[in-house]
Amino acid sequence: MAWFRKKKKFTPIGAQKTDLPEGVWAKCPSCAEYVTNDDIRRNLHRCPKCDHYSVFPIEERIQHTLDDGSFEEFDSNLASKNPLDFDGYDKKLQSAKQKTGRHEACVAGRGTIHGYPVIFAALDFSFMGGSMGSVVGEKITRCAERAVNDELPLVVISTGGGGARMHEGTLSLMQMAKTSAAIGRMKQHGVPFISVIAHPTMGGVAASFAALGDVIIAEPGALIGFAGPRVIEQTIGQQLPKGFQRAEFLLDHGMIDMIIERPQVRETLKPLIHHMWYARIAARNEQRDQTGLSIAGRTA
Amino acid sequence: MRYLEFEKPLREIESKIEQLEVYASSRDIDLSHEIQPLKDRLHSMVDEIFSQLTPWQRVQLARHPDRPYTMDYIRNFVEEFVELHGDRMFRDDLAIITGMGSIAGRSVAIVGHQKGRDTDENIRRNFGMPHPEGFRKARRMMEMADRHRLPIVCFIDSPGAFPGLGAEERGQHVAIAENLEIMSKLRVPIVCVVLGEGGSGGALAIGVGNRVLMLENAYYAVCTPEACAAIILKDRTKAATVAGTMRIVPNDLLNLGVIDEVIPEPIGGAHRNPGETAQNVKAGIVRHLDHLCALGEDELIEQRYKRFRDIGVFYEAETTGPALAGI
Ligand SMILES: [Zn+2]
Repeated sequence: MAWFRKKKKFTPIGAQKTDLPEGVWAKCPSCAEYVTNDDIRRNLHRCPKCDHYSVFPIEERIQHTLDDGSFEEFDSNLASKNPLDFDGYDKKLQSAKQKTGRHEACVAGRGTIHGYPVIFAALDFSFMGGSMGSVVGEKITRCAERAVNDELPLVVISTGGGGARMHEGTLSLMQMAKTSAAIGRMKQHGVPFISVIAHPTMGGVAASFAALGDVIIAEPGALIGFAGPRVIEQTIGQQLPKGFQRAEFLLDHGMIDMIIERPQVRETLKPLIHHMWYARIAARNEQRDQTGLSIAGRTA
Repeated sequence: MRYLEFEKPLREIESKIEQLEVYASSRDIDLSHEIQPLKDRLHSMVDEIFSQLTPWQRVQLARHPDRPYTMDYIRNFVEEFVELHGDRMFRDDLAIITGMGSIAGRSVAIVGHQKGRDTDENIRRNFGMPHPEGFRKARRMMEMADRHRLPIVCFIDSPGAFPGLGAEERGQHVAIAENLEIMSKLRVPIVCVVLGEGGSGGALAIGVGNRVLMLENAYYAVCTPEACAAIILKDRTKAATVAGTMRIVPNDLLNLGVIDEVIPEPIGGAHRNPGETAQNVKAGIVRHLDHLCALGEDELIEQRYKRFRDIGVFYEAETTGPALAGI
């Protein structure tokens, strides 16, 4: 669906690998300063000199967001087929699998944030741009359904620049409806969904579950929108204003709730989860105690 | 009548027939002996051209400038149609038509994309490409239908949601996402018909129905073949090739479970016989509404949820990939 200019990565010097080896110096694509990979990693993949955000590798993202050792992944064996027999898709999948060591662009599971149990999913930008095909749609849907079933809040961190995955055609498009309907069910049950959006998240991912959070948090500078900037430029025949479709622009226009620096995302999730869910659960359990009913153990 | 490239062989013979008919009626003479063989030849040519359409040719037919649009269907079979305007927030987006009317005696709400027939109208209607306010207009109509228990009929015919500055400023992605969510919860039957172009999120935003029907020469895609060719093959001119790979024509989509039924078009395409096409569309809508109106609210919601829930193709691999547990 939507496409975008690939955000420049830190270019390792004297190394061709995309994942940065230890102790290697890299040049920041934004300020052109040289920084070591260790510094970048320690700084959660932001340039220590200019605060330029690069993609947060998914393992580190999970590690940083959830309590240590709390993550328990599910559905990690769901894998894509090539339902349209789309030329080149098998190869693309194969190389994405090799690169990431995972079957698909979504990692889903259960964990805790400051002790609060949550259902958690994240899109992996390094797997075909975090695009949504059948598997990503299914996993997000299952997360939403689990959230209702297990009475747990859902947190999804999207880095879905690829939008709806073209290689699965209309099936990918339909995942937008499927995931949105599942989020809709959560809302009917009053189970909170917090959508965290990182750079870049476009097209079918932006225009479905990612836009439907009870609360929407974005990282600074994240590109978020429906149509890719290039497509818009071609359509209107002029250059886009600076900052267009960036998180700050969306905040100004009332499309997101807040912009949170990467290190504070976890801290921001805590009170939200508390207010929207666990405060109520605690009150409910207290009431049950008083009425002599046993405490439901499901959410403990 | 305007002719697509592959229809051009028909032009000569059709104009000859017309000339003869005009001449015959002006002179009040009988030329049927001359005309009939030409008509026979025309029919066999139409048969030949249209019996083996490529996906790309179907895409072109879906975009045919003479193809009937939403309003043409409304005029043909919706009685007492009352058009309603505006999203009550920003503006009236004419790329979407909303209103109420009755189909075969049953009152329904109608939502549809609307393209323009000429340049002026296309400018007003933005070539059937809605802005967020168009999707919000549709949403307003559908929520109203839900309150008044009116079944909803959606006519899908859009190249896509408009990619522009204002559209993004006003939350194109939000407007689409919210429609997807809201449609999944409506308590009334929803029948969607893809009339021509089913262009990506802009089409789906009024496409979450209990039934999704599709005309024979329509397409429904994650993006236009041109965009897909540009992105995947880095060559916009390969749209014709990629249209086949994308599986965007009705029979493919039926197999993939994306649509429920293909509505036949008269031979030669909808534009050659809009009246018959409209009657086929009407018959499909009425038949499905008859069935859906017998269901309870919960059943309707459940059926619609499950319909979309089940779409997707994947498998469960034996290996799980590296364990991310415990990090
Ligand atoms: Zn820098």
